[in-house]
Amino acid sequence: MKMLIEGGTVIDPAAGFEGPADLVIENGKIAGIVKPGAGPKDSEIITAKGCIICPGLVDIHTHLREPGYEYKETIATGSRAAAAGGVTSMACMANTNPVNDNGSVTEFILKQARAYAVVRVYPIGAVTKGQQGEALAEIGDMREAGAVALSDDGSVVADSDLMRRGLEYAKTFGLCVVTHSEDMSLVGEGVMNEGFVSTELGLPAAPHEAEEIMIFRDVTLAALTGARVHIAHVTTSGGVQIIREAKKRGIAVTAETCPHYITLTDDAVRTFDTNTKVNPPLRTQDDVDAVIEGLADGTIDAVASDHAPHVNDDKEVEFIYAKSGMIGLETLLPLSLALVEQKKLSMSRLIRALTELPAGIISIDAGTLKTGAGADVTVFDPTEEWVYDVSKSLSKSRNTPFAGAAMRGRVKLTVVGGKVVYRDGTIV
Amino acid sequence: MSETLTHAAKEISWDKKDLLDIKSLSADEIELVLNTAESFKQISERDIKKVPTLRGKTVITLFYEASTRTRVSFEIAGKRLSADTVNISTSTSSVQKGETLIDMAKNLEAMAPDAIIMRHNVPGAPYILASRLAASIINAGDGAHEHPTQALLDAFTIREKKGRFEKLRVSLIGDIAHSRVARSNIFCLTKLGANVTVSGPATMLPRYVERLGVRVVSTIQEAVEGSDVIMMLRIQKERMGKVLFPSTRDYSRFFGLTPDVMRGALPDAIVMHPGPMNRGVEISSEVADGPYSVILDQVTNGVAVRMAILYLLLGRGGGYEDAH
Repeated sequence: MKMLIEGGTVIDPAAGFEGPADLVIENGKIAGIVKPGAGPKDSEIITAKGCIICPGLVDIHTHLREPGYEYKETIATGSRAAAAGGVTSMACMANTNPVNDNGSVTEFILKQARAYAVVRVYPIGAVTKGQQGEALAEIGDMREAGAVALSDDGSVVADSDLMRRGLEYAKTFGLCVVTHSEDMSLVGEGVMNEGFVSTELGLPAAPHEAEEIMIFRDVTLAALTGARVHIAHVTTSGGVQIIREAKKRGIAVTAETCPHYITLTDDAVRTFDTNTKVNPPLRTQDDVDAVIEGLADGTIDAVASDHAPHVNDDKEVEFIYAKSGMIGLETLLPLSLALVEQKKLSMSRLIRALTELPAGIISIDAGTLKTGAGADVTVFDPTEEWVYDVSKSLSKSRNTPFAGAAMRGRVKLTVVGGKVVYRDGTIV
Repeated sequence: MSETLTHAAKEISWDKKDLLDIKSLSADEIELVLNTAESFKQISERDIKKVPTLRGKTVITLFYEASTRTRVSFEIAGKRLSADTVNISTSTSSVQKGETLIDMAKNLEAMAPDAIIMRHNVPGAPYILASRLAASIINAGDGAHEHPTQALLDAFTIREKKGRFEKLRVSLIGDIAHSRVARSNIFCLTKLGANVTVSGPATMLPRYVERLGVRVVSTIQEAVEGSDVIMMLRIQKERMGKVLFPSTRDYSRFFGLTPDVMRGALPDAIVMHPGPMNRGVEISSEVADGPYSVILDQVTNGVAVRMAILYLLLGRGGGYEDAH
């Protein structure tokens, strides 16, 4: 089985390659990047004229809701949305029901993924039992079952000693700990960013300092323990600065942000649209600018979707009562591409933030087109303009503030392990 | 009277289906409401306090928070315009009751009301109804966001007593952060050209409050000095101890409006309070019942302003003129 993707521009930051080339796939593996027209003609040929051919995207922050909340999303539907978004590998958070805090749940997720997912799924285990922040979860057990990282995500581990022990134990097993860094006591009842907009709207608000305090604690504990800490969804200018300093000091910390934190501000909340309610909250333009700068200078390593599906019943309520989060797998790439369009990021830097670097953070073998690597490939047209029709989303949920938004850049083809899983708007 | 109304309505048109906030109103629209209310005030002074303007219209008050004054004021306003008023009070939130706000709204809509006057504890809740229902939605207070009719009746009272807004010095004192009355009044008065000052302990001042175009002072004495209008805000006692202030004793000592503080006021200053008052906490009885106080005028004017709002939202298309 040979496949030739020809006529496009290949960008593989991990291999340091960027230029017009064709990609040869054989037996599910990358067989090589060749000069235009130099590929074997006895292949299945896919034309990628005007498109970029890059490693399949790696999204290290998703919520697939299975087990427990299958009415919001399943591993099957989440994986289809991923394929449509050009995501070939994704890590799913542990806040399922039951929580993924032991090997049996990890195994269940992987079993469902093998049976129903069209892309690769990597479970993230909980740091503490039931994500209750009281006792360590069975980390070794989950590691053995296939967990790639640990996180209590939105259920922040408030107890600093427990966090320290979790980091130490995770280090023993070579696992990275992903933190939702917010001091929840300072967040209080906050449902949006505390700023001028919240002052006008009268909604309870959380200060950006809540994020900064916790990022500082978490990088400090990373220094103390020598464990690898990954700061999820960085949203604040101050947070970026703390991570930048930590990296300078040689602390083993990585960080991600999400497309909504580089495209929207708390101004979006003015409509009281509950799809703008997300955790951490949308911040100010100064924060957006600082986060983009952090991405550009490498302080922030990766962009992840924080795909968080919720059904309409969870969102069509008063703002304070609405669940937090938005779906994001299908819009991860086009929203991020806006930074390239605005010349704030080079195309290769962005692709690196969506492939090689996130793969490294969760230590999976993905994110490159090097010869011999698994043939996970994404082909996208960087200039195609389209409108995001969320009613056609492959996710089970519809919660996004980008419904009906104009997008630039569109995924045309997604290949997982040499097999085409998505092509021109359809799951294959 | 109808001449005045026709005159006002011709110069500035009112094209809004709902009254959700002051923020999106223009100064002209606010003036239109005040001018309209001027005409309606006379009705309340007659022996027979009723006109047929809104005959056949159905007005529902839907209150998710306890309220006496505002609800009764709206009900009286509706009745004096001959609308049929129906009151729904629900002490528990819709979520706790198990019925969503949208379901509740759809059920009400099925009974074809012309207006729904809504109070809710969550900012933005009336917007959910406004975008989904054909009925006019009037925000009677949504959490700490806005309370537009309160600001309009306050503006009406200020204009009645002071005759102008331009460069008028108005001080709001108390819990600005959690007060919908403060927000609506700040939006309203700054649009009308007044110079607004806010004061309260820092726990009660929202972040970047100065960007609302107000001056911030830290003592009640500074706020009172030179002010034409002193507007006290209600302290929510349930917030005591937890976050905003240690005790009513401490609060009243430093932020209560007492005769002693009033010694620094202008002789013709007026004192306002949206009610209900915590006597002896944010305002002493001597001041509340004293010569500076226009607190009961606010309540009287509330009916006229709410009649004006109901008229502007429901009575267009000649209803009022037909009745005269």
